[in-house]
Order: sequence, then structure tokens, then C-alpha cells
Amino acid sequence: MTSVIRRRAPLRAALNPAWFALLPMALAAVVVYLGSFLWSLRISLTGSRSLPLHDYVGLAQYQRLFANDRWLHSLQNLAIYSPLYLAGCLALGFLLALLVDRQLRGGGALRAIFLYPYALSFIATGLIWQWLLNPELGIQQAVRAWGFPAFRFDWLVDQDHAIYAIVLATIWQGAGLVMAILLAGLRGIDPDILRAARVDGVPGWRVQTSIVIPMLGYAFATAALLLLTAAVKLYDAVVAMTQGGPGTASEVPAKFIMDHLFGRANLALASAGATVMAITVVALLAPLLYARGRAARVRA
Amino acid sequence: MPAASNRIIALSALLCAGGLADAAPATAPAAPRAEVLHWWTSGGESAAVRTLADAYRAAGGIWLDTAIAGSEQARAVALSRIAGGDPPTAALFNASRQFRDLIDQGLLNDVDAVAEREHWSQFLPAVLLDTLRVNGHYYAAPVSIHMPTWIWYSKAAFRKAGIAAEPRSFADLFAALDKLKAAGLIPLAHGGQAWQDNIVFRAVLANEGGADLYLRILRDRDPRAIASPEFRRVLLTFRRLHAYVDAGSPGRNWNDATALLITGRAGVQIMGDWVKAEFASAQQNAGRDYGCIAGFGPRSPYIVQGDAFIFPKSADPQAPRAQQLLAATVTSGAAQLAFSSRKGSIPVRADIDASTLDYCARLGVEIMKDKSRQLGNDEAYLTPDQNGAMADVLTDYWNRERDVAQVQKSIAAALRD
Repeated sequence: MTSVIRRRAPLRAALNPAWFALLPMALAAVVVYLGSFLWSLRISLTGSRSLPLHDYVGLAQYQRLFANDRWLHSLQNLAIYSPLYLAGCLALGFLLALLVDRQLRGGGALRAIFLYPYALSFIATGLIWQWLLNPELGIQQAVRAWGFPAFRFDWLVDQDHAIYAIVLATIWQGAGLVMAILLAGLRGIDPDILRAARVDGVPGWRVQTSIVIPMLGYAFATAALLLLTAAVKLYDAVVAMTQGGPGTASEVPAKFIMDHLFGRANLALASAGATVMAITVVALLAPLLYARGRAARVRA
Repeated sequence: MPAASNRIIALSALLCAGGLADAAPATAPAAPRAEVLHWWTSGGESAAVRTLADAYRAAGGIWLDTAIAGSEQARAVALSRIAGGDPPTAALFNASRQFRDLIDQGLLNDVDAVAEREHWSQFLPAVLLDTLRVNGHYYAAPVSIHMPTWIWYSKAAFRKAGIAAEPRSFADLFAALDKLKAAGLIPLAHGGQAWQDNIVFRAVLANEGGADLYLRILRDRDPRAIASPEFRRVLLTFRRLHAYVDAGSPGRNWNDATALLITGRAGVQIMGDWVKAEFASAQQNAGRDYGCIAGFGPRSPYIVQGDAFIFPKSADPQAPRAQQLLAATVTSGAAQLAFSSRKGSIPVRADIDASTLDYCARLGVEIMKDKSRQLGNDEAYLTPDQNGAMADVLTDYWNRERDVAQVQKSIAAALRD
């Protein structure tokens, strides 16, 4: 008797209308994402140039990819960019969320102002910061005109600092979103807990680090996931701000892939790059998702 | 735009009416319809492409304009539409190896009938012809010849710096750049983007290295030529120019660099002849306000950067007729003159009177008469992939002090694949 019930349960679950409603989305995910991934994987094993071909060349494209200075430099830039972007957005976003949460007068207006940059595209963000950071037009020129002729702020045109200029601009753009997510988390914390901590005489910084931040765990994880995907696909801000320059100083993997996909008519090499990126992301995210899933199951 | 489409409707109605009057409706040929995909979207460019559309209409065709900003984007759209089975009637490409894959895959119609009737092989420069004619068949109709490595200078800036004569050699040019620097001007107005760095490199390669080295590097990809002391000298001269750009150069657009010449803040720019449109829109004249140097010395080469329409195969049985009419129209003498004067290029035909063109274009037409001075653009010899790999090395070297021997090795590696 019990075994019959156990066997029927999955069937009943499968007939649940909610699953039917999700079916189109699930199909789209499988066909579009998985299908595209498999297609890229296949193309990356061929010698395709302008058009997809079926002449399999094994791993030759991957060998060429990892012998390419620009690709290696792009990976290195992404390794510098991603942690700084993530840390910067989370830290700034958290501070902004605390500021807005203090129920100051005009909190709503502040929230709109901080969230506003996120409504801008990366291209618009990039252009604004390109002007601000241009040594002949922007901040450097303005400060010099105020009477500090030795002032230097030329990251954008400096080989060694161009990537940090992009970090700066994209943090400005992304911090607002983190603020909105964390603010929602903060509003969900029971005020009684904070009151109890105050009664116990716990210092303010300790309340933040030992109570508030741990309780915001899921909000932080969500924000970090969104930021990480944005970091990996970083493309438009680079195109708008530096075009990968000066020289190849601020090249990133997504730009390498896009350039080879179209302008350089090398579908196979671009697909090899895309496949490497996809596998890296999966390898990074899989343990994270596994740990989260385990934690949820343990709690249940 | 509504006015234009109304005109198309009126014209096609007129043509249909004519057909009805002349013959039985069943056999009346519809007017050839050509959807033309191109990237000519700036003010001067769209004025130029309008002359082609007008010529096509006058020849009895219907021109459907599909303009996409950005040459790379436009070519990407053309490629994906061809691969997806919905090709435009004609698509603009650079006369280069960009469409060689399409020819090899059998995706293009030839226009041999037009090319042979009009004797293209007699009046097209050989370097241009070689990109269009593959295995004896003509796969594209050329529309313009640009020269990417002109040296432009502002006469006002030269006067201010006390430079009396036009530079005739690299030694003269460096002396002029030094004087401009001493006068507090920007000596070299340069847009630090990879393709613009590449243009400066090609100017140095063609003038300092000469036509022979140019071909051994770009056409033959000869490792010995790349390792030679002559090529080393070219790379050193190229890098020496970097000392004359201003701090705002990285990332600058080419037309912003030209604006520095127009306002007299900078002396020299090395760029293609499309900059004439910028000077023209600022009411500046060639020879009066600015000077143009095609190259140094009486044997200096003229680099031919052609634009051409390709004609994809399609399911539409009427397409070849529309394509052949287009090929004949855009290469006709009258269309070539009207187009070139607006585009800033020179005509693809050597057999027409170019005296109505501007001073720099006439200079170019004169040089082109000597066949030995005609050189193909880098894209005519290299695949887009090889060309891009070399551009990566060059832009890196332009921006960063590097050992020249290493750069020579990197270029050899970029051109090997």
C-alpha cells in the first residue's frame, strides 16, 4: 500500500498545473541555452571562418586560443576586474542600503538617485565616464583649472590603469542594484532583534557584522550571483570607454569573442573562447549551487 | 523617407503601366528590384549613396535601401542573412578577402556578363580586380577607391610653427613635427584606436619600407622579410611617431582628430581620404586650408582600399537581373563621378575625365595612372583573422615600449596561421 502511494506521488507532482505553466520556460531554457551551448561547442571543434562548416579539426582552436597573447591578457584582466567589481559593488551597495534604511528624511529620493545609474545602459555609463576620465576634458582638466596644475588622473589613457577605470565606472553603475536588493533584505529583519541587541548594549558595528550581515546572507548571495554574471559578460562598458585600449591593455574575453565572431570572421575561434568561458562559469557556480542546495535540504 | 517610398510606388506603377501598354500582362517583366545593404550612413556618405540609388532608378530599377550603421555590423547582418537563406540582393563589402569564404561556399552569383560586356578588366586597377575576380569569374562590382594612408596637414598650424615647405620625406616630416611641438601645438593628431594605429603603420611601411617590402610582408607573409633589418627600421619609425601624439589620443575617434586640424590646434593627421568630408563640412578647401600628401617621393605607392557590392544567390528568380543592372549602373562613368565627388574617394575607372574632382582626388587619379605604384590594402592580401591578429600586435607596440625583435616575432606568429 505504501509503495503504491510512493509511486503515485511523482506522477501527481508532474500533473501539477504549476509545472505545466513552467513548461514553456523550461523548454526555452533547454533549447535556447543548452542548444546554443552545444552548437558553440561543435563549431569550436571545426575550422569555420565566416560561415559554419563541418570540417572537424579537433582541439586546434583551443591550442591557438591559449597561444594567443590577447586572449591570455583578457583572462588576466577579467581576473583583476571580477573580484574588485564584486567587492566594490557589494561594499558600496551595503553602505548605501544602510544609509537609506536609516529612515532619513528624503530616503525615497536618495534611493531613486542611487538606483538611477542602474537604469543606464553600460554604453551610456561608459560614455559618461569616458568624458569624465578623459585627461583633456574631464576631471583632470577641471582640477588643474582650479589651480592644481600638477594634478594627474589619467587612468583611462594609461596602460597599467585602464582596467581600474572600467572597475570604477561599472561599480558606480552596479552599486545601486545591490543597494535595492540589500534594502529589501534589511526591511525583512525583525526590528525586535535589533531592539533586543540595543537593550543588551551590543555596540552598533557589532550589530552590523554579527547580526545584520549574516541575516542578509541570501540577499548578498543573490547580488553576488547577478554581479558575477555581469562581470563575465563585461563587453559594452569596455567598448564605450577604451575599445580595449590603450593598445590591448583593457581587453576582456567577451570582446575577444565578439571581435572574432564578426569582424575577424573566425566563428570557430570565437566559439572556442565562448565555450571556455561557459565551462569556467559552470565550474565556479556548480559548487556554490550545490552548497546552497545542501544547506536548504539540511534545514528542511 | 515617405516621400522616397511614394516615389518608388509611383515609379513602379509607371513601369507596370508601360509594360501593360506594350505587351500582354503575363509576359511583362517587372522592374528589377534590388535591396541594397550598406553602411554608408553619415551625412556625406548618404548623399553619395543617394547618387547610386538615383542612377539605378533612372536605369529602370527599384532601389530598396537597407542602411546599417557600422561596417562590421552591416557585414555581420549580411553574413547572417546569407547563411539564413534570406539574403539582400546586394551587400556592400570591402574589396578584399572578406567575401572569399562566400565565393568558396558557392553562395554568390557572378556578374561575368556585365564585366565582359563593359570590359572591366581594361579599366579596373589590377589590385582591385584581383579581389573581385576569382577563378576567372567576377563576384563583385567595385564602387569606390579610397586611399587609407594620406598625410593631411593644417596650413594654419604649419604657418604658426614656421614650416614653409611641404614635407617630402620622413626626415622632413619629423623636422616639421618637432617645429609644431616647439610652437605648442599637437604635432600629430591621432586617434588611438587599433585600426587607426594600423593605418599609421601602413603609411610608414609603404613609404619608409617601399612597395617591395610592403608586398613581401602583407602579400607573401615572408618570415625573412619580417625578420629583416629593413622591417625593423619601419617598426622603429612607426614607434618614433608615437612621441608626437597628445595625452588625449587613446580612444579618440578619427573625426575628432580631424577636428583638431580644422581648428588649427594640431598639425598633421595620417588617415584615409574620407576625412575630406569633415574638412568640407567645416567649409575648408583642399590646397587652401589644408594640404594632402599621398606619399613621399615620385615613386611612393598608392594603397587601394576598394568598396564593392557582392551579389548573394537567392531563391528569387528575378534577382540575377536586378543584380546585373546594379553592377552595370554603379560602375558607369557618370555614376562613378557623381558618387566619388560626394564620398571623397576616386572613381574605380581609369578611363573617365576626373578634372571635376577636388585637388587631392586629382592627385590620386594622377598617381593611379602608374600601375607600378598601385598597392592593395592589407585586407586584399590577408584574411580578416590574420589582419586582426597583426593589428593586435601593432596597437600593443604603439602603446607600450617593447623590444623590436620581439615585435617582429609576434608579427611573424600572427601572420603564420
